[in-house]
Amino acid sequence: MERSVNMERSYNKRQEAKPHIAEEWVGKIYTFICIAFLVITIFSMVYFVASKGLSTFIVNGVNAFDLITGVKWNPDIDIPQFGALPFIFGSFSTSILAAIIAAPLGFCAAVFIVELAPKFGRRFLQPVIELLAGIPSVVYGFVGLSVIVPLFRDLFPGQGIGIAAGALVLSVMILPTITTIATDALSELPAGLKEGSYALGATRWQTIYRVALPTTMPQQMTGIVLGIARAFGEALAVQMVIGNAPHIPHSLFESTSTLTSAITLSMGNTAMGSVQNNVLWSLALILMLMTFVFVFIIRFLEGRKKL
Amino acid sequence: MQANALSTKKLNVYYGEKHAVQDVSLDFAEKQVTALIGPSGCGKSTFLRSLNRMNDLIPSCRVTGDIWMKEHNINGSETDVVALRKHIGMVFQRPNPFHKSIYENIAFGPRYHGVKKKADLDNLVEESLRKAAIWDETKDRLHKSAFALSGGQQQRLCIARSVALKPDIILMDEPTSALDPISTSRVEDLISELKQDYSIVIVTHNMHQAARISDKTAFFLSGHVVEYDETDKLFMDPSQKQTSDYISGRFG
Ligand SMILES: Nc1ncnc2c1ncn2[C@@H]1O[C@H](COP(=O)(O)OP(=O)(O)OP(=O)(O)O)[C@@H](O)[C@H]1O
Ligand SMILES: [Mg+2]
Repeated sequence: MERSVNMERSYNKRQEAKPHIAEEWVGKIYTFICIAFLVITIFSMVYFVASKGLSTFIVNGVNAFDLITGVKWNPDIDIPQFGALPFIFGSFSTSILAAIIAAPLGFCAAVFIVELAPKFGRRFLQPVIELLAGIPSVVYGFVGLSVIVPLFRDLFPGQGIGIAAGALVLSVMILPTITTIATDALSELPAGLKEGSYALGATRWQTIYRVALPTTMPQQMTGIVLGIARAFGEALAVQMVIGNAPHIPHSLFESTSTLTSAITLSMGNTAMGSVQNNVLWSLALILMLMTFVFVFIIRFLEGRKKL
Repeated sequence: MQANALSTKKLNVYYGEKHAVQDVSLDFAEKQVTALIGPSGCGKSTFLRSLNRMNDLIPSCRVTGDIWMKEHNINGSETDVVALRKHIGMVFQRPNPFHKSIYENIAFGPRYHGVKKKADLDNLVEESLRKAAIWDETKDRLHKSAFALSGGQQQRLCIARSVALKPDIILMDEPTSALDPISTSRVEDLISELKQDYSIVIVTHNMHQAARISDKTAFFLSGHVVEYDETDKLFMDPSQKQTSDYISGRFG
């Protein structure tokens, strides 16, 4: 008797299960299509950039080593010179300098938001800082060009354009990233750790400096690297304030270029398939490879999170 | 009569409107272990945290009344809480070592209180770890992360960390509730040893623990102290009905 009831129940279950199986498959297929689309897009991007970028060396016979280490950029003369070191130097120096400016600012802002004024900070300051992230880069560039460049021109020798102006504009642009990540890291810090420090007679500042900062260091570094990555890839704002001369500058206030600004500036003037065009793809390839490096660094840092 | 390490007079603690500790007057004898027992939420932790002014960190929290240490009322606004916490150490429910080496965990406090020389710090680290009965387990890996230690070892490390400041009083808030029975009994042994040098106030939910290690016991109930007496007396022959109900497990 009981057996038959059981059988009946399991039969009913199977009946009910049918729509679920269909649902399961629709869901699986749908999500699979989405992920396939993403993966295909990414791989074809990488393939496209790589094939274009590598054809400079394979088809046009430009020496890859010369491209990376050469300091002369004269693509339009009879025997063109493709030395991209000034751009590479410009990209690294502006983005690292931007991070050096923005990192302490971002951390201190995060300390203020989390430790000093949690209510006001969370409700008002953090949204305002996140708003900074939404401002289009052309606006940053425009402000940089009309405020920072004239200011630097008055204060320092030179035209005001250059690495210093670029880095300053970039530092404001990456400040939200660094601050947001630093804020999250600090607020995730277990209360027990801070209390442990206070209970040993540490002051608030000692606790921040000796416990909060070292404990959240991997996350802080993640924020900084993300900031550098963003600065590295930023084109428009930098291009507007850096001057775009293709050589390594002698000071922070001398016109120079970055990888991104070189690409955006020249891409309209070159014919598809020409060496002048292909070499821009090589610059893009360098940018892309650097981005991969940044992503790997971030992955590595995430793995070292202590909390 | 024995001197008091600490005594409170009509101590009241409020969280905003909530009156969490009400008119508690207790004397903690020097070099004795005093246990605070009572059901969850009755204000034991709140009371304990008032003693080293940890409640200062909670914005909504207000503490009124007196806390006498020697002839100073340490509940005044003029008290230097940073200096105070050097004299009154605290051990928490969950072991909370810093993300640093074992050595640095111990040296953390003393560094802030003027011990700078490496030789002095080395000595202090060894002495503190010995006192906390964890030297043998750690001496070969002083510069390894404290997180490689077991929970029980971490808790003894945290005790060593407060001992390193040579406090007069150590407050412990359920120091063994996150530990296994073996670690628990090691920490209990340790407490009984530490009482030769320190006055200890310990919150515990474990009645047997209170009976085993404490000299006096205070029974808290909804913010009040119902009964405060010699531990033996309180457990064998409580004078209040509520106390006997609680210790015989009839509520709480
Ligand atoms: N930060 C806080 N803000 C507001 N109320 C609090 C806060 N901390 C504790 N309380 C309240 O104060 C009362 C006493 O809490 P307390 O933590 O001191 O109890 P306890 O006796 O230590 O309990 P347990 O045995 O569970 O640890 C409780 O009602 C609690 O809800
Ligand atoms: Mg408690």
